[in-house]
Amino acid sequence: MTEAATHLSDVRQFHPRAHAALDNPQIRANFRKAMDGLMDKRRNAFAEWDLETLRTLGANVRQQALANLPDLLEQLEKKLTTNGIQVHWARSGDEACEVIRDICVARNAKRVIKGKSMVSEEMELNHYLEEQGIEALESDLGEYIVQLAEETPSHIIMPAIHKNTGEISDLLHEKTGTDRSHDVNYLTASARQQLREKFMQADVGISGVNFAVAETGTLCLVENEGNGRMTTTVPPCHIAVTGIEKVVGTLDDAAALLALLTRSATGQHITTYFNMISRPRQPEEFDGPEAVHLVLVDNGRSSIYQDDQLLDTLRCIRCGACMNHCPVYTRIGGHAYGTTYPGPIGKILMPHLLGLDATRDLPSASSLCGACGEVCPVRIPIPDLLVRLRRESVDGDRVHESRVRGHGLKRSTWEALAWKGWQWLHVRPTLYRLGTAMGARLRRLQPTTAGAWTRYRTSPRLAPRTLHQQLRERQTGSTGAIPARQRGASQ
Amino acid sequence: MSARDDILNALRARRGGTISAPTPDFSVVTERPWNAAEKLDRFQRMIESVHGEVHRVDEETWVDILADLLKTRGVRNLLAPLKHTIGTALRESDNPDLPELLSYDQSIEHWQPSLFNEVDAGITSTRGAIAETGSLILWPSADEPRLMSLVPPIHIAVLEADQIFATFQEALGLQHWSRGMPTNALLVSGPSKTADIEQTLAYGVHGPKELIVLVLEG
Repeated sequence: MTEAATHLSDVRQFHPRAHAALDNPQIRANFRKAMDGLMDKRRNAFAEWDLETLRTLGANVRQQALANLPDLLEQLEKKLTTNGIQVHWARSGDEACEVIRDICVARNAKRVIKGKSMVSEEMELNHYLEEQGIEALESDLGEYIVQLAEETPSHIIMPAIHKNTGEISDLLHEKTGTDRSHDVNYLTASARQQLREKFMQADVGISGVNFAVAETGTLCLVENEGNGRMTTTVPPCHIAVTGIEKVVGTLDDAAALLALLTRSATGQHITTYFNMISRPRQPEEFDGPEAVHLVLVDNGRSSIYQDDQLLDTLRCIRCGACMNHCPVYTRIGGHAYGTTYPGPIGKILMPHLLGLDATRDLPSASSLCGACGEVCPVRIPIPDLLVRLRRESVDGDRVHESRVRGHGLKRSTWEALAWKGWQWLHVRPTLYRLGTAMGARLRRLQPTTAGAWTRYRTSPRLAPRTLHQQLRERQTGSTGAIPARQRGASQ
Repeated sequence: MSARDDILNALRARRGGTISAPTPDFSVVTERPWNAAEKLDRFQRMIESVHGEVHRVDEETWVDILADLLKTRGVRNLLAPLKHTIGTALRESDNPDLPELLSYDQSIEHWQPSLFNEVDAGITSTRGAIAETGSLILWPSADEPRLMSLVPPIHIAVLEADQIFATFQEALGLQHWSRGMPTNALLVSGPSKTADIEQTLAYGVHGPKELIVLVLEG
């Protein structure tokens, strides 16, 4: 409980953290370099493709899966169960943690090795298991580094992107006794050796899932390192954990999304491994886990599912392209957000998971430049969803029934009154003209500063004459004809 | 009520009503006009671009070529299938340059430390490949278990040239995957790699450091 409270207060500290990040030249340089590289790689990876048609396919495949979500989940459960994989359901992250603890306790498991899973980060599973006396070790190199540093990932695909080689070398030296070196091959080889021991000792392997195929009962994992294959093959028990929205109908659906996922994420045509698991070890087989479990986690997703517009959030395939292309994310890095999912996708997803009250600054931390929406492989209209959440922050139930937790938290009586007045004035032309004419006349009384807005900008000044006045003068010819260019522009 | 029923009920009782979804048109990922030679060239180019090594071989020569490749690398032993013709051909060969041949004929629990620490290379068959992405299709089995292509530092994969499909979708369709999936199916595209340390590529982080593909032609 205290932990959750600390976590929430952390999320609320967005502004101080963003400022600290902006003042940190190393964070700025690391992220700028990495994001520039990723944007180039993505562009090259789609060079020979009809990208817009492909994005439409991705969006339609995901939309169709969502349209049939409850049926697909049931089909998946049935197929997996027939295949010998046990299916569990969890309403919340806490409930999912308990399910996993129970599986571990029943097996008397003390050591867990993990492949990359963002849902487990969302559930804060490692922390929970440690409290239960179960060691949970990350095996993805980036996650391993982040865990050794007692930090959280700063990017969903590249968790340790905020660190440079020198820092990682110092960290590995301090925590594991590896010699200090700037040779990435040496550091990687040391980690391989350390983690191989851990794989052999692990009682349980926990992984995420990129796509769960209902038709065949297949769990698909996308990865480069091979730690995902190790995690799902070496320990005697494999627990896969995923959000309920990750289910798709067919293998063809998964293949189409795979084409988009890896190119959007890291600019790879495909990752080194695409790992498809449909069964535990069979009697005649010599390796693989004897038990496989799937934990389906809701944690706010069924609530997002209720709303036609917010639903688009669930199309996400977690590629991270939105953050790679986000001018805000590139400047402040992933930690400033204080949430499991940073960047644009985090801004539209986390308010549902934690409530708008905890994530109040996230929907506004955007210039609405639209880059995230343009690159999204499944066409999630992220800018529109940001605007929607901003509206939810200020109106909520007073205008229409809201489904977002913590809605209306930014509503201020004065602001509401000001807009009411604005609305009142705008439907009364005579009063409106009178008001603007008064404003123009009294413009010298207008304050020259407007808080934070004018710290780096000049204050806009009211014109000496209103637009109505200027137009009337032009039409009556008192200041000559309207130039052709303006006429064109006004049409 | 159980978590399962709660979640499914919430989804079924959706307030927004039915969700409209256009039928996906897959032609953008399926229409590839490549002939056999183009598919092979493309496969080779793609897998080489991610650090895979390709040798075009034939039935007569592949064992000797492999023996050379392993000898130059100082490979002491090679894990090979017992039943597949790859394994039988190797075991029948009298090439003195071939390393000691090992078999994966018992459960992993019985020999895990030696598999992890003492095996230098593993050789497996493939179920074909994908030209578009330069990917090998592997369906591990009792004869070629899952860890055979993962744990040893070198993985050699044997691919028959006429089993190269244009796209993943084509392989899924022509091989009828949806009729019955194996315990584990894999697409392998290059050796294991990471860029988690300052975006610098390093190979062999968890799986093989080298992937050698022998393409059987003819």
